[in-house]
Amino acid sequence: MTDAERIEVGTELPVRKVTVTRGGLVRYAGASEDFNPVHWNPRVAREAGLPEVIAHGMLTMAIAARTVTDWTGDPGAVVEYRTRFSRPVFVPDTAEGASVEVRGRIAARIDEDHIRVDLVVAAGGTRVLSEARAIVRLTG
Amino acid sequence: MALNPGCVGTTYPPARPYPVEAETIRRFAEAVGDPAPVYTDLRAAKDLGHPAVPAPPTFPFVVAMRAMDEVFSYEDIGFDPTYLIHGEQRFEYTRPVRAGDRLVTTVGITGAKRLRGKDVLSLRADVADEDGEPVVALHMTFVSLSAVEGGGSA
Repeated sequence: MTDAERIEVGTELPVRKVTVTRGGLVRYAGASEDFNPVHWNPRVAREAGLPEVIAHGMLTMAIAARTVTDWTGDPGAVVEYRTRFSRPVFVPDTAEGASVEVRGRIAARIDEDHIRVDLVVAAGGTRVLSEARAIVRLTG
Repeated sequence: MALNPGCVGTTYPPARPYPVEAETIRRFAEAVGDPAPVYTDLRAAKDLGHPAVPAPPTFPFVVAMRAMDEVFSYEDIGFDPTYLIHGEQRFEYTRPVRAGDRLVTTVGITGAKRLRGKDVLSLRADVADEDGEPVVALHMTFVSLSAVEGGGSA
């Protein structure tokens, strides 16, 4: 990240599209030990007032984070990362599952050493995260 | 079970230490679909100046969640985590979590309210290494759907 052009405010990061399937939710449940049944059991999802099984918010947030860490090349450069979970990602029991689209933009220069990256994360054309942003340290 | 606003400001005893293994990090990175070598290859990690493989940025939630499970067992909170959904999440990193860490998490309640008929609980989790050096702080808000009368939309 020594290339000054790469840290120009307004620069768009590569758009990423990620498929989330029921199998992916089970895999994330195992890896994260988050076995909340609303993420894998349609009956429980309905009991909770949801029309469909939903992705773990933290899985969506992790998918979005990769846009930042792919760009920095070093996860250790991320000093803050936050979001609000504005809408659930519904994951139907199909081969296609849900498609999550992540857009990132260098939004602001905070100081000499830090920039802010804003993320727009959507599924099915609906924004699922709001105020998703990371603060990145530019120098070691 | 009713959410008790009196728990706001309470800090609970530290959770039992969480030993972070390289294999746990590998499995997590795979589950979130991130093939970056830094999460699995010690040489790639060292090339970036890490003494051991770091975990992806959202991994600390796994550590904090284990600690929260301990805290939710304290009945004074009165929060039903059965149909928990996540409202907000913020991480403030001092450094990445790394393989070989033994992490100690201390959870405090920062907010408890009813919003549109749902219980909303806010917590802070401070994750430190065994020497007490801070690693990452998490700020979280959760909504309990089980408090919804006759269901409702999330």
